[in-house]
Amino acid sequence: MARKSIQLREITSTPSDTMQLIIKELTQAFGSTRVLDKLSVETGTVNSLVLVGPSGGGKSTLLRILAGLDTPISGTVTFDETTLGRDEASLRLYRRTIGTVFQSYNLFSHLSARENLILPLVHVHGLSRDESLARVEEPLKRFHLHEHADKRPAELSGGQNQRIAILRAMVVRPKRLFLDEPTSALDPEMTAEVLDMIEVLKDSGTDFVLVTHAMNFARRVADEIAFIGDGKVLSHGPAESVFENTDNTRVASFFKQVLR
Amino acid sequence: MSRSVAHLTVATAVTLLLILACWQVPGDWNWSGVWEYRQKFFFGWIVTLGLSVAALILSVAIGLVVALFLGARNPLLEATGRIYVELIRGTPLLVQLLLGFYVIASAVGLENRFVVGTLVLAAFSGAYMAEIFRGGLNAIPKTQRDSARAIGLTRWQSFRLVILPQAVRLVLPAIAGQLVSLIKDSSLLSVIAISEFTLNAREVNSFTYSTLESYAPLAIGYLMLTLPLSAASRWLEKAFSYER
Repeated sequence: MARKSIQLREITSTPSDTMQLIIKELTQAFGSTRVLDKLSVETGTVNSLVLVGPSGGGKSTLLRILAGLDTPISGTVTFDETTLGRDEASLRLYRRTIGTVFQSYNLFSHLSARENLILPLVHVHGLSRDESLARVEEPLKRFHLHEHADKRPAELSGGQNQRIAILRAMVVRPKRLFLDEPTSALDPEMTAEVLDMIEVLKDSGTDFVLVTHAMNFARRVADEIAFIGDGKVLSHGPAESVFENTDNTRVASFFKQVLR
Repeated sequence: MSRSVAHLTVATAVTLLLILACWQVPGDWNWSGVWEYRQKFFFGWIVTLGLSVAALILSVAIGLVVALFLGARNPLLEATGRIYVELIRGTPLLVQLLLGFYVIASAVGLENRFVVGTLVLAAFSGAYMAEIFRGGLNAIPKTQRDSARAIGLTRWQSFRLVILPQAVRLVLPAIAGQLVSLIKDSSLLSVIAISEFTLNAREVNSFTYSTLESYAPLAIGYLMLTLPLSAASRWLEKAFSYER
């Protein structure tokens, strides 16, 4: 266990870190469809926030805004007392301090796994090629991806791709990680290997915001859960309180369906 | 039968058929008359090679820039790119060469016909390249740009490091085809009296009255330029290939 944490320090943010997220009246629309409707929420000081809820409810849209990839029509997002800007330049600087993982991995298909990992280090974070290669070596070994490091994404399994994608987000030592349904495109076996990896990262002190349909996993890793539906936060709080929420019929019936 | 053996077999058969066909042509062959002008063929071929290489490099650059114009968010840039492509593709190269040399080049005081010829040829081919590149750039999934933005790349970095390398691989066969066309189209430069390969062959023809003997070396000379290009393209395609 001691050895594990030493190795993990290589890639993770400082353990004791936490995050606090305050969202005020966030509205987003695509065309005439309003996806987020004056969504507001204020978390406590947490290490992990998990967004759950029905498809089309606005979870992924919210996560893209939190990750600085999209700009909302109106409303504000504040992480640890810093409010996200609205212009591309400041959002780009923000994105350099965080890590984002997508449902479909989105690794660069013309580069090997290793080249995918070092690209942000070399071109965004100013490390030399040698420094970058040295930095990714240990994490690749730690997550048993070393023997696959010179393969291109098309030669890797979905689970391997997603773990490389998570590593790519981690090796830049981000303040926090955003994961958008990281296991939704994977079969059950690969889902397990990706969830295990996320759990290891959590145990080593990585803060993250996660969108997922894996409810048992959500319950296990979430400090707080926010239930997103119809563009609003329908329920929010510590995991157990949200899962047992029977006040809101929409939330109650959703859990009755998915936890059956 | 291996692929290269098959290629060789078919190539030999086609050559034999051609020779057989020539055999049927009535009259005497005058290879010796044409042979005397071998230097002329050689120098013309060198001129064509030089023009083609210069136009080739320039046309790829023009094609890339115009492709970016075509995809630009600025409507003025988009319109410029679009009109350029439609004008060039919609008019014959012959007209472009004559107008380019006798009107535009003289208006700006450009007198070197080699330079003008190369520029017009590159501009012509560049319009086709632009459409090819645009198609390639559009074919790269949006998720790749997303990913590039997520790690904090600038727009230019994202283009240079992620989009372009993937697009180049996609468009390589089409670009190679366009370059082969460019080399053959360079024969039209003879209309502004550039002493390239085709013009020299025509002159040999008029000196010797031996049409077939003058033009057969022409076909072989162009193949000597285009076949290596096709081979290089196939090799590059292999080197860049990967499943997506």
